[in-house]
Amino acid sequence: MADKPRLKIPSEAKKGDIVEIKTLMPHVMESGQRKDKDGKVIPRKIINKFTCTFNGKPVFSADLEPAIAANPYLQFYVRVEESGTFKFAWTDDDGTVTTAEQSITVG
Amino acid sequence: MRDVSRRTALALGAGGAALSFVGWNGAAWATAEEAAAAIAKFTGGKTPEKGRIAIELPEIAENGNTVPLSVSVDAPMTADDYVSEVLVVGEGNPRPGVITFHFTPMSAKAAASTRIRLAATQNIIVVAKTSKGAFYTEQKLVKVTIGGCGG
Repeated sequence: MADKPRLKIPSEAKKGDIVEIKTLMPHVMESGQRKDKDGKVIPRKIINKFTCTFNGKPVFSADLEPAIAANPYLQFYVRVEESGTFKFAWTDDDGTVTTAEQSITVG
Repeated sequence: MRDVSRRTALALGAGGAALSFVGWNGAAWATAEEAAAAIAKFTGGKTPEKGRIAIELPEIAENGNTVPLSVSVDAPMTADDYVSEVLVVGEGNPRPGVITFHFTPMSAKAAASTRIRLAATQNIIVVAKTSKGAFYTEQKLVKVTIGGCGG
């Protein structure tokens, strides 16, 4: 996969702040409902799971269905009490897991 | 006598029209039934209470391939009382499931946004589950100009 996931997270926050996290994973999200020009069904291939942890603790996750648009975008919130690292993982139908991480300084 | 036969003819006509209407609608209801089944599976058969949920969706989606969706649930999000899961289903796609969000008390807000596909004009139904086992629901109708499931 050529394109890396994109993250938008503040680099700094105050203790107890609620920070907004935006993620975008470049992916075709082939629904399994479309047919090619010969009338054959194009097999389903989607990102079916997304997870976010902070310092190893689960924060947010999502189970995605074919009704999620291509290049799945997810926006959500996290309350941060300490500095640390967000880790993100996107699981493809074929088992491939794409990961990304970003740190935040909490003062 | 003439009057009765006229009425019979009218009744027959109306019945025929009603039958064909049910037949046509039957196909659409199948998906609504599937959506209801997905919700029943999620709630374990409990009937969710209406309210507490705000759904942001355009009233008219010109392109069903990518429709912005935001969901937020009014909840304290404390360690012993938080929204743990939010199920989103549609009544007019080939399959009812859209997405399930899993929150934790660290989420701070039971709110998330994504972009969804809509094959046709339909109701989007959101069901929230709390850590205490309560269920809430809300729905919104989206009109779709060009469906987003390809050919």
